[in-house]
Amino acid sequence: MSARLTITKTPKCYVGGAFIRSESGRVFELKDHKGEFFANVPLCSRKDLRNAVEAAAKAGPGWAKRTAFNRGQILYRVAEMIESRVEDMAGALMLGGVTKAAAMKEVVAAVERIVHYAGWTDKYEAMLGSVNPVASAHFNFTVTEPMGIIGVLAPDERPLLALVSLILPAITSGNCVVALASETQPYPAILLGEMLAVSDLPGGVVNLLTGKRAEMVPTFATHEHLRAISGAVNAEQRKALRLGAAESVKRVRLWKAEEAVDWESDAMEGLEEIRALVECKTTWHPVGG
Amino acid sequence: MIMARASNKTNPARELVFGDLWEYDAAPETAAPKLKKRYDLFINGQFVAPKKGKYFTTINPGTEVKIADIALGGAADVDAACKAAQKAFTTVWGPMPGKERGKYLYRIARLLQDHAREFAVAETMDGGKPIKESRDFDLPMAAAHFFYHAGWADKLPYLAAGRQVAPYGVVGQVIPWNFPLLMLAWKIAPALAAGNCVVLKPAETTSLTALKFGEICQEAGLPPGVVNIVSGAGETGAAVINHPLTSKVAFTGSTEVGKLIMRSLAGTEKKMTLELGGKAANIVFEDAPLDQAVEGIINGIFFNQGHVCCAGSRLLVQESVAGEVLARLKRRLATLRVGDPLDKNTDIGAINSKEQLGKITELVKAGVAEGAEMHQSACQLPAKGFYFRPTLFAKVSMSHRIAREEIFGPVLSMLTFRTLEEAVEKANNTPYGLSAGVWTDKGSKILKMSTLLKAGVVWANTYNKFDPASPFGGYKESGFGREGGKQGLMDYCKVG
Repeated sequence: MSARLTITKTPKCYVGGAFIRSESGRVFELKDHKGEFFANVPLCSRKDLRNAVEAAAKAGPGWAKRTAFNRGQILYRVAEMIESRVEDMAGALMLGGVTKAAAMKEVVAAVERIVHYAGWTDKYEAMLGSVNPVASAHFNFTVTEPMGIIGVLAPDERPLLALVSLILPAITSGNCVVALASETQPYPAILLGEMLAVSDLPGGVVNLLTGKRAEMVPTFATHEHLRAISGAVNAEQRKALRLGAAESVKRVRLWKAEEAVDWESDAMEGLEEIRALVECKTTWHPVGG
Repeated sequence: MIMARASNKTNPARELVFGDLWEYDAAPETAAPKLKKRYDLFINGQFVAPKKGKYFTTINPGTEVKIADIALGGAADVDAACKAAQKAFTTVWGPMPGKERGKYLYRIARLLQDHAREFAVAETMDGGKPIKESRDFDLPMAAAHFFYHAGWADKLPYLAAGRQVAPYGVVGQVIPWNFPLLMLAWKIAPALAAGNCVVLKPAETTSLTALKFGEICQEAGLPPGVVNIVSGAGETGAAVINHPLTSKVAFTGSTEVGKLIMRSLAGTEKKMTLELGGKAANIVFEDAPLDQAVEGIINGIFFNQGHVCCAGSRLLVQESVAGEVLARLKRRLATLRVGDPLDKNTDIGAINSKEQLGKITELVKAGVAEGAEMHQSACQLPAKGFYFRPTLFAKVSMSHRIAREEIFGPVLSMLTFRTLEEAVEKANNTPYGLSAGVWTDKGSKILKMSTLLKAGVVWANTYNKFDPASPFGGYKESGFGREGGKQGLMDYCKVG
């Protein structure tokens, strides 16, 4: 009896709650660290990015309107979905050549990070907003609002933890995300999409693309419906993103990909990351006469 | 038709309109502005001549008479100012305990109050705003900003829970000409409270009170280099923004220049806050208290000749009361007193510069050409100086230039809406998002509108209210970062 022929998986990108190939039909070969062929991954185009922004725009208002408690429940569910497939995710990371122990450490850190943000959904507002004691008969208060759709550019290093660390603070406050995965190690993002799909996160809140960063940066930079860019990229790409951002006064928060970023550090999570991706709105409400 | 019916129904009470029959007696403010003939740069605690020896003239836009010569700072002067600021930061201001820093800010606040009338007159002479505004708004509010932030200097650890905050070092600041001293206070007070030192470039047409502020710093005994004022033109500002020592820059001005700054800093890691243009919607619902709303609309657009980034320049009125509101506005427009900014009875002073007058004139012509219905006050304008009649456009549509572009002058564009949803759609249909106004008798409608409007500040049944404790700043192309409140102060702190 001959050995069973295994079923290979076609990696697809998670966009608008569905699994898509690139509209361009293009793929690129993903090899493991030994140089052996692993799979053909979608080589997403700029059109794919624009489509993903549209998907995010549809999901945005509904996600932002969810109660803080509900968003927290859903983020916690995302953590549960990854935790239940820790081994699979570790395997995806090991394609890049890290040891099993290192891969497990990264997956666990990513799960912990998601749990951390799940707990922030109904607390950050109490820290970032304020009631302002103005010198007139007004109830003056400042609340935060999500910015809208955030463009995320993940670095090559730490393909899961860095990606999750960039996405979570954005969606915690009700933003939607269009993210470009690590170029050299896109497979963890493919798996993450599969896990998000079975969590309760509404389709379109997080959209994950794979492809070439250099090709996508110009569209991330200038797409006017992306209200902020958050990522870790090289100096040339930082400049390109900031130049493009000037066209529509887009908010930009970037780390240096050429320098080691300690993604595991507690300093990489929390209120400051959430604050970077919200707007403050101040209302002057009259207090009777 | 609805408009006609509305105005017939309400049948306004008869009123006495005297026109020019009896003129008011002149009531000029006579306090001395204590001005020098020539102003040098304020660098490292001293007034110093610009290295290239160049000066430019500042004039009174109300009379076109020269007031003084102002030093034109160049790149070398900016460099000297940045170095002085850096030295002050590392040797004095940075190491100083917050309590001590706070006391300097309290001193400055008090001294501004002591010199308030003198500064108000200087501000009005140099910028053209009515004395009643510089006296009753700009000066008290500038002092209030220093008082508010003085108290923060020793309480910074309470700003960011669980995190360490630290100053950036040298902050470069460029401010506009519409509220010269107040914008200086908005910039310098939080920067100093957080422990930064500053290099500030005032607007070309309004350097006087900024340079007079240098005298206040001397009087307060502020250590040299903590505050540096480098007057000049756009190139001077660019030198401040681009200087390698300014690790954070703050700019208030047009969206166009804000974008230039973003581009020029694209290759750097400098922190930025930008407070840019606006085209605010002032939304009047049919259940609004109309007398109060009309005063609010007038204040919203004609305050400071409309030279206000958050001016309520797009009036959105619910159709059922549009005729009534228009009729009342036309009557109110006729009673506004336009003229000598130093006269205590003046409501609308001089346009800040000939250039700005040209821009306003051009946009108003476009409004007429595009078919909007223009109403202007028939008031007499002074023969000399830059003045513009308060102007109201009715029958404006969303595509008109006067409904889309920031005019930055005493020009109001009136549009109508039927439903709350239409009001929100029209209000948000702009690249700007600085502020908005809502007029209604219903508190829940205020909160609903506030939630739906994409703007950084929402005023309900009021307009153009400011407070040091209240964060101010925009969404979208109106910029990012806040000024005022803890949120504004955070933008001057590195959070570790």
